[in-house]
Amino acid sequence: MDPLVIAGKAYSSRLLVGTGKYQDFNQTRLAIEASGAEIVTVAIRRTNIGQNPNEPSLLEAVPPSKYTLLPNTAGCYSAEDAVRTLRLARELLDGPKLVKLEVLGDPKTLYPNVVETLKAAETLVKEGFDVMVYTSDDPIMAKQLEEAGCCAVMPLASLIGSGMGILNPWNLMIIIDNARVPVLVDAGVGTASDAAIAMELGCHGVLMNTAIAGARDPVLMASAMKKAVEAGREAFLAGRMAKKPYTASPSSPTTGLIASARDKAA
Amino acid sequence: MITVTINGEARRFETALKVSRLLEQMALADKRIALERNGEIVPRSRFDQESVADGDRLEIVVAVGGG
Repeated sequence: MDPLVIAGKAYSSRLLVGTGKYQDFNQTRLAIEASGAEIVTVAIRRTNIGQNPNEPSLLEAVPPSKYTLLPNTAGCYSAEDAVRTLRLARELLDGPKLVKLEVLGDPKTLYPNVVETLKAAETLVKEGFDVMVYTSDDPIMAKQLEEAGCCAVMPLASLIGSGMGILNPWNLMIIIDNARVPVLVDAGVGTASDAAIAMELGCHGVLMNTAIAGARDPVLMASAMKKAVEAGREAFLAGRMAKKPYTASPSSPTTGLIASARDKAA
Repeated sequence: MITVTINGEARRFETALKVSRLLEQMALADKRIALERNGEIVPRSRFDQESVADGDRLEIVVAVGGG
């Protein structure tokens, strides 16, 4: 087998999925089942006070007994808020150590604030969290986050929720080459081929939400993503053929062809 | 009467009370939540012992869908 090992724990799926933007919890549940994901992100938010006490809980759709829930810090714009959010998450989910850190810098682009991200990462690592960190595709930043003790580095492929795919494969390759922890593309994947390309580049996994939840048929797209990540991983392990620009090479034998009518005439 | 700020909203209660009692009054007793009082986590195991006093600021959170 070819497990994805994060913070010492082995996972058989290299696809990590979010739980946001689905129509309802039933669709969330079906899509996540179809994706085959074992690690599932959740957000932490203030509870609605005084509203519908019988409101269903997300945790019924994605039970912690079945999935590794990965609490995130989406929406946090400072290291302090991110750290507080994950302390609450640890209490809420009964002490998971594995968390997804993201500290945003700008509500328009949702681009990460890497200075605050690094600050938060240092605090969280000190407090015993296993930090999977969302970051830009800057190879130096990725390395610094790894050196700060993060257990996985997760550069963006393009902006969160944009579905624009992998805009800078070269930076991702530098990050992968330099890293001694798993590198996962987090954000920007739009369709199955994007996920396959990320894996073919050598990413250890892919984390996505909108590409599945925003598809016309999210459950079918979840299944497509599962296959794309598996196919991309196998292609990476298999080692692709060398590209031979402008040089054709026939796949069939060049000898033993039947005589052509024109040859006979001559 | 005491005033407690819960998730940014001012709420009035008859007297100072235990966290568990406050959660009952807010119909949150059976919910999976985490609670922060004045910036510090109150563990669920301490809800029966810890009190809420006038001027306290609480944050009560749940898990929701997100990426």
